[in-house]
Amino acid sequence: MIPEIGHFALILALLVAFVQATMPMVGAHRGNHAWMAISRPAALAQLGLVAVAFGCLTQAYVTSDFSVLNVVQNSHTAKPLLYKISGVWGNHEGSLLLWVLILALFGSAVALFGTNLPPGLRARVLSVQAMIAVGFYLFMLLTSNPFERIFPVPINGNDLNPLLQDPGLAFHPPMLYLGYVGFSMAFSFAIAALIEGRVDAAWARWVRPWTLAAWCFLTAGITLGSWWAYYELGWGGWWFWDPVENASFMPWLAGTALLHSSTVVEKRDTLKGWTILLAIVTFSLSLLGTFLVRSGVLTSVHAFATDPARGVFILGLLIVVIGGSLALFAWRGPALVSTGVFQPISREGALLFNNLVMATAAAAVLLGTLYPLLLDAVGGGKVSVGAPFFNAVFIPLMVPMIVAMAIGPMLSWKRADLKPALSRLWVAGLVMIVAMIAVWAVETDGPFMGVIGIGLAAWLFMGILSELAGRIRLFQGPLSESLSRLRRTPRAAWGMTMAHLGLAVAIAGMTGAGAWKTESIQAMKPGDTVSIAGYDFVFDGARSGTGPNYSILSGTFRVIRDGRLVTMLYPEKRIYDVSQQPTTEAAIHSTFLGDLYAVIGDEDETGAFVTRIYFNPLVGWMWTGVLIMVFGGVLSLSDRRHRVGAPAKRGAGLAQAAGA
Amino acid sequence: MSKRAIYLAPLSVFLLMAVYFAIGLTKDPKILPSALIDKPVPEFSLPPIDNGTPQGYGKGFSSADLKAGGISVVNVFASWCLPCRTEHPFVTKLAKMKVAKVYGLNFKDAPKYSLKWLKELGDPYDAIGADPKGRVGIDWGVYGIPETFIVDGAGKIRFKYVGPMNGDILENQILPVIEKLKR
Repeated sequence: MIPEIGHFALILALLVAFVQATMPMVGAHRGNHAWMAISRPAALAQLGLVAVAFGCLTQAYVTSDFSVLNVVQNSHTAKPLLYKISGVWGNHEGSLLLWVLILALFGSAVALFGTNLPPGLRARVLSVQAMIAVGFYLFMLLTSNPFERIFPVPINGNDLNPLLQDPGLAFHPPMLYLGYVGFSMAFSFAIAALIEGRVDAAWARWVRPWTLAAWCFLTAGITLGSWWAYYELGWGGWWFWDPVENASFMPWLAGTALLHSSTVVEKRDTLKGWTILLAIVTFSLSLLGTFLVRSGVLTSVHAFATDPARGVFILGLLIVVIGGSLALFAWRGPALVSTGVFQPISREGALLFNNLVMATAAAAVLLGTLYPLLLDAVGGGKVSVGAPFFNAVFIPLMVPMIVAMAIGPMLSWKRADLKPALSRLWVAGLVMIVAMIAVWAVETDGPFMGVIGIGLAAWLFMGILSELAGRIRLFQGPLSESLSRLRRTPRAAWGMTMAHLGLAVAIAGMTGAGAWKTESIQAMKPGDTVSIAGYDFVFDGARSGTGPNYSILSGTFRVIRDGRLVTMLYPEKRIYDVSQQPTTEAAIHSTFLGDLYAVIGDEDETGAFVTRIYFNPLVGWMWTGVLIMVFGGVLSLSDRRHRVGAPAKRGAGLAQAAGA
Repeated sequence: MSKRAIYLAPLSVFLLMAVYFAIGLTKDPKILPSALIDKPVPEFSLPPIDNGTPQGYGKGFSSADLKAGGISVVNVFASWCLPCRTEHPFVTKLAKMKVAKVYGLNFKDAPKYSLKWLKELGDPYDAIGADPKGRVGIDWGVYGIPETFIVDGAGKIRFKYVGPMNGDILENQILPVIEKLKR
């Protein structure tokens, strides 16, 4: 009975969304306030209905209702409760349900907190949101119904893919979706602005908090996924340029560009067409990210489903949403008038440079991800594009951008002089050179990229600090004046400083992990020792055990440095009972300079265990850096100036909840 | 270029992509392999994995080996391929049954990593051929690895499975085909 309630709630939500998509739009066109006003209760009703549907599916998972096909395919009675709940979205149908739930959540946030938006704009925004929702409801109800029953009822389920039974991955999809769907807000605002033919500073202020919130979630979501890959896949790697990773990275690049270009619209009343286009592209890439991997267009490890019927529907949906919005852009875009003049050496010039790099990077990732498909379509054979391509494209793009990132914030709006900005960067330049020489002295045999990477990180970090020092006039007057300036610095400015500092720390981490990783793979018997990066790993043997729904082989390592015990490491290899799939659980001990990382494999005939020991330098810096970036975003969201624009309230609240 | 044309550019690019997507959809990975079914194996000769010694590792194999009579299974794998890892125990199980010769086609892999992989997980293969550039893999129509082919005594491809093999696939798809070919 309960699954039917869920199914019925979804059908009702479709009908409500249909009303919300049409009547407010027509009302806004005709100036009919009663019709426009429907958008608010409709958005709230949608949220209520989708929440009921989501609750029903969760109930089916928690109680292991195996009369529901979706539960049979992805759950098992012996699965721990956390994974019964995360199993709800650990599959194609359920993840779509989570998607529409988040969409409805954002829609109601506009309905509830967008009270200071002009009624016409609000009605149009909510109407566009509902159009997206209609597409998703139809997709679910027609091709991917999560509430489908099965008869006869099986005694138990097939269990969730063991790789997904992990706390990191339980929260990775919701975070990612909060990011993807968050960009639908920028999209809806862009479409509404195109229809109204007006983009101004107020519009940019309304869009910004939503974009920022989405960006924070997406950054956190991607990082959770990367972190999971790092400790769960047992390769010591954290990014593989897998199509699915690329699918989440493309909206991030475009969204980052959007974040920066919307500032230009707000402050300088220019770059309007470009910003609208970025808003459309960012959400389009989010849709692509949601769909590409499940349509059968690209095959990947992550692909939940490759079903041709779904593929055709998805393609149709993409054509309607992306094609439709780009057609609207082509039609209405030329009418957007920019008043600001543009000087290349200025804050807006630097932001435009950021945009060009980000857009090029996103295009390169898109090309690399789709190229195999394109080549196949024209009959050119089958290839796969891997890390060498992406590294070759990415690094040359990022180097000038990071150099410019330290300079950009020093430039003033409208027209700036490069000389004083550069003269304030001599400390950063000096620190960069010292850092590069130091790195080169310590790691003479390491790759040259390591020297460059650390140098850039030092340059950016010091450059940002110099900018902060200049802003508060440190050493240029009494300290008390500097401190009071420091206190008066708006949170949005702090946010930018933090986010850029975070990137510098993350770059150092990525460089370290990429350039100086050391690994050792061998068969070890109890008592054997392996030395790596100055640490001795003593293998004390392995024992078997059982977990809730898996059996374990658990190894014990003593890590010793200079005769003192540093830590104990207990890597595990798990075999899940139902699927008989093995997973590795790496044991990781983080230090300031790097992670000690151990993985245990199978026992061979002689009683030795295959073990892999890594020293992954500076990996912790990478995670810390990203955390600082997200913190910067949240800090900026909490700025009072954003809260004055009421829609920001909700955005800030959501982001804070996620940051907690 | 007029202003209008610039604003039309994104739409044009997208529509072009959509056409490619549509073509891509018709080339379903699950349908594609049938093109090779009941065709003779492509002509090839693969060297062993380069381990620094003149004889290499894993013997290597060629189309002649597959035509020499007896049923063979060709398993396409790589150390970078995660699903290959999950199917590895089942390839091992199949090899231990000794119902067919099991060849490993090491696809687009660095010798260093494939040797490590084999050392760690074990080497179930009767022979391994290295295809570092993926040239032979392309002739075999390798699309998404792991892939497993069953070749009859005359060197004709009789069955192809795309994706990681598991206990169910082994019992209900791979072994029945081998049984049938034996009769």
